[in-house]
Amino acid sequence: MKALVSVKRVVDYNVRIQVKPDGSGVVTDGVKFSMNPFDEIAMEEAVRLKEKGKITEIIAVTIGGAKCEETLRTALAFGADRAVHVKEEGDIQPLTAAKALAAVFKKEGANLFLLGKQAIDDDANQTGQMVAALLDLPQATFASKVELEAAKVTVTREVDAGLETLELDLPAIVTTDLRLNEPRYLKLPDIMKAKKKPLEAISFESLGVTAAAGLKTAKVSAPPKRSKGVMVKTVDELVSALKAKGLV
Amino acid sequence: MSKILVIGEISDGKLNAGTAKVMAAATAIGGEVTIALLGADVAAAAEGASKLAGVSKVLKVERAENAHILAATFAPQIVELSKGYSHVLFPGTAFGKDIAPRVAAKLDVQQVSDIMAVHGASSFDRPTYAGNAILTVDAPAESTIVATVRLASFTAVAEGGSAAIEAASTSAVLPTHTRFVKLEAQKSERPDLQAANKVVSGGRALGSADAFKIIYSFADKLGAAVGASRAAVDSGYVPNDLQVGQTGKIIAPELYFAIGISGAIQHLAGIKDARTIVAINKDPEAPIFEIADYGLVGDLFSVVPEMESKV
Ligand SMILES: Cc1cc2nc3c(=O)[nH]c(=O)nc-3n(C[C@H](O)[C@H](O)[C@H](O)COP(=O)(O)OP(=O)(O)OC[C@H]3O[C@@H](n4cnc5c(N)ncnc54)[C@H](O)[C@@H]3O)c2cc1C
Repeated sequence: MKALVSVKRVVDYNVRIQVKPDGSGVVTDGVKFSMNPFDEIAMEEAVRLKEKGKITEIIAVTIGGAKCEETLRTALAFGADRAVHVKEEGDIQPLTAAKALAAVFKKEGANLFLLGKQAIDDDANQTGQMVAALLDLPQATFASKVELEAAKVTVTREVDAGLETLELDLPAIVTTDLRLNEPRYLKLPDIMKAKKKPLEAISFESLGVTAAAGLKTAKVSAPPKRSKGVMVKTVDELVSALKAKGLV
Repeated sequence: MSKILVIGEISDGKLNAGTAKVMAAATAIGGEVTIALLGADVAAAAEGASKLAGVSKVLKVERAENAHILAATFAPQIVELSKGYSHVLFPGTAFGKDIAPRVAAKLDVQQVSDIMAVHGASSFDRPTYAGNAILTVDAPAESTIVATVRLASFTAVAEGGSAAIEAASTSAVLPTHTRFVKLEAQKSERPDLQAANKVVSGGRALGSADAFKIIYSFADKLGAAVGASRAAVDSGYVPNDLQVGQTGKIIAPELYFAIGISGAIQHLAGIKDARTIVAINKDPEAPIFEIADYGLVGDLFSVVPEMESKV
């Protein structure tokens, strides 16, 4: 059984985002980039399934420019067997990404596709669902538990009311939530080994994909700042301030 | 003129309060608004939807397969229903986030996620980077606009309408590859986190599920909902549906207490629209104090019981 895992290079989650003064985007020069945290969880899940003998091959895929090769090497260090780099520069919006990923999934004949539920840069939360739609396959988003069998996968999902369990026939698309697992710490020998693993570069053209019409970003702005509040010294002071505002 | 289809969400047989906030976004876009409700029996929810101000029509899309919400079966029906509409709007909840992209992809359009402000029929603000960079985006006006609405950014429309309720059906062929197994719902007598006026949240500092009781007790005294940081959820102090933040619930209460929560950007992303934020933390340097309206440096284990006795 083959699993495909998509990974995205994003600004690290610890970075304090600065919007450029001219409103053209956010500052990315000299900023740390890492694998999207939800994609690390997807990678970790695939590796655990392989360790349990449920999966025989893990293929990592990314879309983006030359620098994204780093992210694929990280995926290989996690335990992916090989990597596919869809080499395209520029702003790639979710539907376009989904078209390319769906094409890779089909080409590879994979049975399970694990994706992060959202990328922490654009926070769109769309790509996995779109891949499922394009391929008319089952989807389970926001997974907190994945049980894989020969012909189906049972997924527990984090929904607003609590936890929901779905059963999906394979092939299937699963997007990962935070509590699915805790990604392992990568060890140096694995990072070294990853450098020698196969990495193939392809293009939208070779996949027969054309970019879908996109949303145009007119401007990027910083959110309104909350005005600095007051520090109170005692509970009495706090309670009377809240009472004065009619809040308690 | 815009023709807007709002996909209503049903919780426990009734219209979810979020639908009235999606209606506020629809009203800001302007035009004729229809609410569609999918389920096995949506009579009670349709009643609720018909009363919302600004609704022209409520569509009941009832069939046995709709008893459980599945993106794989809801999406093809919504795609068919969307014919002739300029916009299809979903609440930015787990329900909407699951289904909307499946509809957008079928319509071959990009989706606008988490509309937080409406500038025109096809111009919207949406948050990125945990709400730290706001994009103003223009969607191609000639194709259907599929979007989710960030509920914390909108105030629910009032009641007072009396829209017609009509039965609707589609010829969509529904796949059987996805099956509902069970829902483990957290039953709670407390106010709903996403709709509550007051929320008391606890963080990692609580240290155990047992210690978290002081948060529940204080919340009950205030009539508040209970929330938590990711660290508190991951540590198993409280169930996952209480997580507030970028990847949990985005809320906009009148009053928010962050107790023993450091104020990571991912947590702050969930509370930016709270009217008044109170932070209690023993570390005077905790980032939560940078955005709190009222900050109190102290040990929560003495501060919280004292607050409870004094409010
Ligand atoms: C992709 C991603 C998504 C995330 N999404 C979310 C999200 O949606 N929501 C979320 O909350 N987090 C999220 N996080 C996690 C986030 O980065 C923080 O790790 C988390 O919010 C920390 O929780 P905390 O404040 O409870 O814990 P800590 O950061 O450990 O803070 C505990 C605080 O308690 C204080 N304290 C300790 N003892 C006491 C005491 N006795 N009295 C008073 N104060 C005390 C400490 O001074 C400290 O400030 C996400 C992270 C990632 C990578």
